[in-house]
Amino acid sequence: MLEIRDLHASINGKEILKGINLTVKTGEVHAIMGPNGSGKSTLSNVLVGHPAYEVTRGSVTFNGKNLLEMSPEDRSHEGLFLSFQYPVEIPGVSMVNFMRTAVNEKRKYLGLEPLNASEFLKLMREKRAVVELDNKLANRSVNEGFSGGEKKRNEIFQMAMLEPKLSILDETDSGLDIDALRIVAEGVNKLKTSETSCIVITHYQRLLDYIKPDIVHVLYKGRIVKTAGPELALELEERGYDWIKAENNG
Amino acid sequence: MQDEPNKLVKEIAAEKYKYGFTTDIHTDIIERGLNEDVVRLISEKKGEPDWLMEFRLNAFRYWQTLEMPRWAHLDIPDIDFQAISYYAAPKARKEGPKSMDEVDPELIKTFNKLGIPLEEQMALSGVAVDAVMDSVSVKTTYKEALIERGIIFCSISEAVREHPDLVRKYLGSVVPYRDNFFAALNSAVFSDGSFVFIPKGVRCPMELSTYFRINAANTGQFERTLIVADDDSYVSYLEGCTAPMRDENQLHAAIVEIVVNNRAEVKYSTVQNWYPGDAEGKGGVYNFVTKRGNCRGVDSKLSWTQVETGSAITWKYPSCILTGDNSQAEFYSVAVTNNFQQADTGTKMIHLGKNTRSTIISKGISAGRSQNSYRGLVRVAAKADGARNYSQCDSLLLGDKCGAHTFPYMDIHNETAVVEHEATTSKISEDQLFYCNQRGIPTEDAVGLIVNGYAKEVLNKLPMEFAVEAQKLLAISLEGSVG
Repeated sequence: MLEIRDLHASINGKEILKGINLTVKTGEVHAIMGPNGSGKSTLSNVLVGHPAYEVTRGSVTFNGKNLLEMSPEDRSHEGLFLSFQYPVEIPGVSMVNFMRTAVNEKRKYLGLEPLNASEFLKLMREKRAVVELDNKLANRSVNEGFSGGEKKRNEIFQMAMLEPKLSILDETDSGLDIDALRIVAEGVNKLKTSETSCIVITHYQRLLDYIKPDIVHVLYKGRIVKTAGPELALELEERGYDWIKAENNG
Repeated sequence: MQDEPNKLVKEIAAEKYKYGFTTDIHTDIIERGLNEDVVRLISEKKGEPDWLMEFRLNAFRYWQTLEMPRWAHLDIPDIDFQAISYYAAPKARKEGPKSMDEVDPELIKTFNKLGIPLEEQMALSGVAVDAVMDSVSVKTTYKEALIERGIIFCSISEAVREHPDLVRKYLGSVVPYRDNFFAALNSAVFSDGSFVFIPKGVRCPMELSTYFRINAANTGQFERTLIVADDDSYVSYLEGCTAPMRDENQLHAAIVEIVVNNRAEVKYSTVQNWYPGDAEGKGGVYNFVTKRGNCRGVDSKLSWTQVETGSAITWKYPSCILTGDNSQAEFYSVAVTNNFQQADTGTKMIHLGKNTRSTIISKGISAGRSQNSYRGLVRVAAKADGARNYSQCDSLLLGDKCGAHTFPYMDIHNETAVVEHEATTSKISEDQLFYCNQRGIPTEDAVGLIVNGYAKEVLNKLPMEFAVEAQKLLAISLEGSVG
């Protein structure tokens, strides 16, 4: 599904990613862990085409297509979704209007007729249930006045609406209490099929108690320095990152 | 009629300004220039009574003593008032058309392009249109249905002929010709416009709508609208404006006067989309308009709603004089400027009566290298006990080369008055746009979504069919302003 080869990227002239190699197959869940400043968020931003980042070398193919040539919106239409670490507020734009525009833009890209109002509202109702999102939130402006937990839940709700092939969850667990964490993680699990893949970016094991990864990577100083099974996450939880740092600084 | 470069410009810019076509019909234009003879000629061509010619001449003589106002936050190039033709009428019969068959087919095509439904299907949407092309009213629909209720809705020229007493009583009663430079000019040379009279106790059953359009090159349009709502009556009036694209600038100096008697209510909505000039700031309409209503009666109400997306320069302050006790006024405005457009717009709320209330909601949106100013005055007279005003002025900036300015003036002479003012300035952030992009929404659509969300409070005040058009206009006006 996703094939990253020797990816280098920088922001404001400073190189952050220094040669990432990563292959995500259909149906897999990958966890990317690592200490602060290792380049985890940069990787997710580069994949979805954030204009602040510059790719200086390497390639990314997504279902056979050159991802780096696509506009951010086309990457979305092709099935790439990012659950933002810090979802922005868009005052005045209702969630209904926002999602309807997003869903119909994707349908247009796929050559489908736009959903009419009643079809759309039915879809909203179904998908809200996945993350137990309150109807009141769905009628508010995008993320405006939402608590941290509500914002993250809203991200997963949007993921449910857009039915992506590959979802990147960027520190979705940060700022969540244990109940919110459970709801969000259960939402992600409900949406997971054998046809979809997921990259979970996190500092901590606790999210991985709910979302079971097939493969765990450790990102450090812009490179993937360790790749193993789920047991690696447990080891990191126990031992911290210092031994990784020591191995790579030596 | 069109020369080659003009054609080319039209083609290139057609996407950006879809109303930029001209209609090839014979036009009766008088010589450029302005003097007493021209004023007399206009009056004669229209077969006006002596009192009106006197009114015009007095206005003209007064205008000659004035200078162009320079206090607005606008860079206005010198206007050569002698280079403008002050009267242009589509050449037609002496009598107005009796039915659609008699209307010049070219004209009907123009209106169809503008999307003005002149046909009978309009009954379904409940809109009556008084279509003004250049200076002469072409066709008024639904007059008959209105006449049954005693409602008069016709061109001001016709009103002068058919209802001279009403026109004489109210013309200049809210905006006297001595009011300002452009009001004096309009009073001297106004060519046509609409007249509305709603009799006592009558609720106008449909939205009344006028489409103004400047067609002939080098002509100024000076329309004059007079609306009188007698006791216990109600009317909602819509005004839409478009103009063809031209390289040269065109002058538009209109007056709208509204009289609201006891317990009457008038809603006046405008969608102004005059040609704004091209991306380099060439061409475009100079829009200098005086709009004012007088809530003369007790418990009367006047509401202005405007969506201003067009014109190279906009100078416009739809105002209310709250004379009657307990009278109410509202001003809801969205003003968009892009490229090199300049707007200095706002309102004046003059509280004279007791317990009068006014609300001002102004939303400015600036993009490109444009300058967008809100200028508002709230005055509470000494006798206006219990007056209240709430003003909210928001500015939204797109990009960092445009300007947003707020000039709120308050002039309070009564201790019991409660006057509140709130102002915010915000910017569409890169992060907001990227968030939309990630969800599959292209940047221009994202800007449209955000801008419409921002202006929602005002757009919601527009009648349904206008609100949809206004939303599209906002998005079109801001095309190419981001990214």
